[in-house]
This record gives sequence, C-alpha cells and structure tokens, in this order.
Amino acid sequence: MNVAVTKKLKVATTSLAGCFGCHTSFLDIDERLFDLLQLVEFDRSPLTDIKRIGACDIGIVEGGLCNAENVHVLRDFRSNCKVLIAIGACAINGGLPAQRNHLSLPLILQEVYHTSVGLANGLIPNDPELPLPLAKVRPLHEVVKIDYFIPGCPPSADAIWKALTDILAGREPALGHGLIHYD
Amino acid sequence: MSSSFTLDGRTIEFAEGQTIMQAALAAGVYIPHLCYHPEFKPHGSCKLCTVTVGGRQTASCTTLAQAGMVVESDTPALNDERRTLTEMLFVEGNHFCPSCEKSGDCKLQATAYDLGMMSAHFDHFFPSRPVDASHPDVLLDFNRCILCSLCVRASRDVDAKNVFALSGRGIRTHLIVNAKSGRLADTDVALDDKALQVCPVGAILRKHKGFSVPIGRRVFDLKPVSAYVDASAAIGKERP
Repeated sequence: MNVAVTKKLKVATTSLAGCFGCHTSFLDIDERLFDLLQLVEFDRSPLTDIKRIGACDIGIVEGGLCNAENVHVLRDFRSNCKVLIAIGACAINGGLPAQRNHLSLPLILQEVYHTSVGLANGLIPNDPELPLPLAKVRPLHEVVKIDYFIPGCPPSADAIWKALTDILAGREPALGHGLIHYD
Repeated sequence: MSSSFTLDGRTIEFAEGQTIMQAALAAGVYIPHLCYHPEFKPHGSCKLCTVTVGGRQTASCTTLAQAGMVVESDTPALNDERRTLTEMLFVEGNHFCPSCEKSGDCKLQATAYDLGMMSAHFDHFFPSRPVDASHPDVLLDFNRCILCSLCVRASRDVDAKNVFALSGRGIRTHLIVNAKSGRLADTDVALDDKALQVCPVGAILRKHKGFSVPIGRRVFDLKPVSAYVDASAAIGKERP
C-alpha cells in the first residue's frame, strides 16, 4: 500500500435532470475529500467549472434525462469515461421529474405557460437554443450502458463514500443496511 | 410426532401439513417473501420464496414439507433470481420511494435493500394508474400495487366483504374495487378491516396519519427485513 500513486484517476461529474442534491451530498463527505484527492483529479464538473469533458476514468452522473441536451451530455460522458456511475434516484429511475410521465407533454406545457394561475397567457418558449423536452423522462441506463449505481434521494455522504471507495479499490460497490436507500 | 428436512444444511423440524415456509419461519429462518402472510392461505404468486428441493425450483410457501427433503434457499443463484423478480416489480409499477409514506415500512423496498438491488435494471414501464382518493380515510394508490392479493384474501377470508379483487390476466392483471363506481368510497370497507392492515407496500394507506413515525425510525430502519424473519406483524402494527 506504500506504492506512490503516480497517476491520478480523472473524474468528471455532471447534473442532468437533477437538483444538485447528489452533488451537495457528495460534498458532505467533508474532510474525506482530501483523501479522495490523493487518488483522483477532477475534469469536467460543477466543482471545477470545466465545461468540456476530456478522456476520463470515471464519470458520475446525477439526474435523469428530460430533454435532448441531457441525452447529448450523457452520450458525451459515456464516450469519454471508462466507468460511468449513475448517482441518485433521478439518474436511476427518473425520480421526481419522471412524475410527469403519465401526463402528455403538450398538456403540461399548456398548463404551465397558458392556463395556470398567475400567468397572463404567456408563450411556450421556443427559442432554438433551448433543448427540446423528451416526451417521457428516462433513467440513464435506458439510453447508455451504466456500470454502477448509487441509489438514494440523495444517497448519504457515507453511502457515496462507501460506493466510491469500493469502486476505486476495484470492488463491486455494496451498500449494507442503513446505507442503501431509495429515498 | 415431528419430522425434519434440511434447509441450507440446517435441520428444520416440521409438523405434518406445514409448508417449507411455515416450518422455516417457525424455526426462525428467513426466506424472502412478499405475497406470503402467516395468517392467510398462500397465494404463491410473487415467487420470491422460490427454493430448490432436490435441485428443482418450487415456491416454499405452497410446497408441503416432507421428511428428508434437501432444501436450498440462501444461495447466490436464487438470490440473483429474487433480485431480478424484485427489479421487475419496481419497473412494472411506479415505485417512487421519496414521495411514498410507506418508505421505511415497505416490504418491497426492504426486500430490495436486503437483496442489494442498486437499480431496477430493466426499462421502466411508467404505467398510467390514477389513484383512488375517494375514501375520506383511506388512500388507494394503484401505482404501488404489486398484486400480492393480501388485501383480497383479508377482505374475503377475514372481513367477509370482498372489497378487493384481482382482475385481468398476465401483465394486465390489476387490483379492482368491488363497487359499481369502482371507487373505494362506495364500498362498505371500514377502517378496522383486516384488508386495510396487510398491504406490504404503499398501495393502501391510512389518511391523516402521515409521518407519525419519522423517516429513520421506521420498521426497516431499525433492522433489515431478513432480521425480522417474518416482518408481517411489525409492518401491520397500528402506529401510535
């Protein structure tokens, strides 16, 4: 174990249709971040503010897929990361955004921009720069191959730490009782 | 006079007429299960209690124990299959734990935790199943129903009311309510009915009682489902 780590693993993170709660929970590993930084360096991530992903060893993706840009970013992560980790309920099962899935998208847009209380018959945003919403919100594994999953809404800092240290050590991540949660 | 069989190498005594499940639970040995409940006739539908007897798979809740049987249950292969069954239950319904009052008291969730289910693996169906909030004191959320039929059995065999039934076949099987309107409010279901106490998931919930026990202090927060051996009594208990 005394062999010096010559090359740090590159890690990228992003939040798609998520709330950044998983990133916040990740930061809750607190001083263990220093231990982690002995082993990894961050590439594209809200923590570094790097906007474009390079070749990485590990990608950590929070949030599900609710629009075309989410799919684009996810595919970008998949093609640049050797190992891709889905973190949190939204990435794993669509989560809160997927609660719209039993409603039709046109009806939702009508409700939000035309008929709901407090809006003076606004326009449905249609700037070409805006990514188009998907008809249904999808979890990540339905679009690309996901190697590992860390469930929770959000997963606790201890659960994230356990899963990450398992993965970094080359073990299948296992969260025992008290760490595995879907809520 | 009692006889015995072996379960994962352990000798289990049983009385004539007991199923493998009954004998195992009496001996304090956990076999994963969702549709089994000690107070009701077995339904044999969830298949989580599948064990091998002499190398052949069978549901332990419907198979009578016989002297000299060699039963295996807690094996990696069987637990892999149980996890797969659990994953299928998750994708067939809408099981969004963060918004469910049953979270922490839910046998489906606890069983998935115990089997180490990290994701539901399959493509989600996202079925459209409107809730029935018609009853003033009971919420019926079909999104979470796993078709265990415990409410059906309880209403038929204990309450003698036949408020619930399973309708349709195969993947179209669904829970229905015995009223012309199809609404729970138009049945004679009563709050102390057994049918309202036995739901292992969050499909049948008492209104006005939400979060009386906080997340973190619930049945399966205290210990995993396997440690209860049979958690039916713990989750059916009326909350203070």
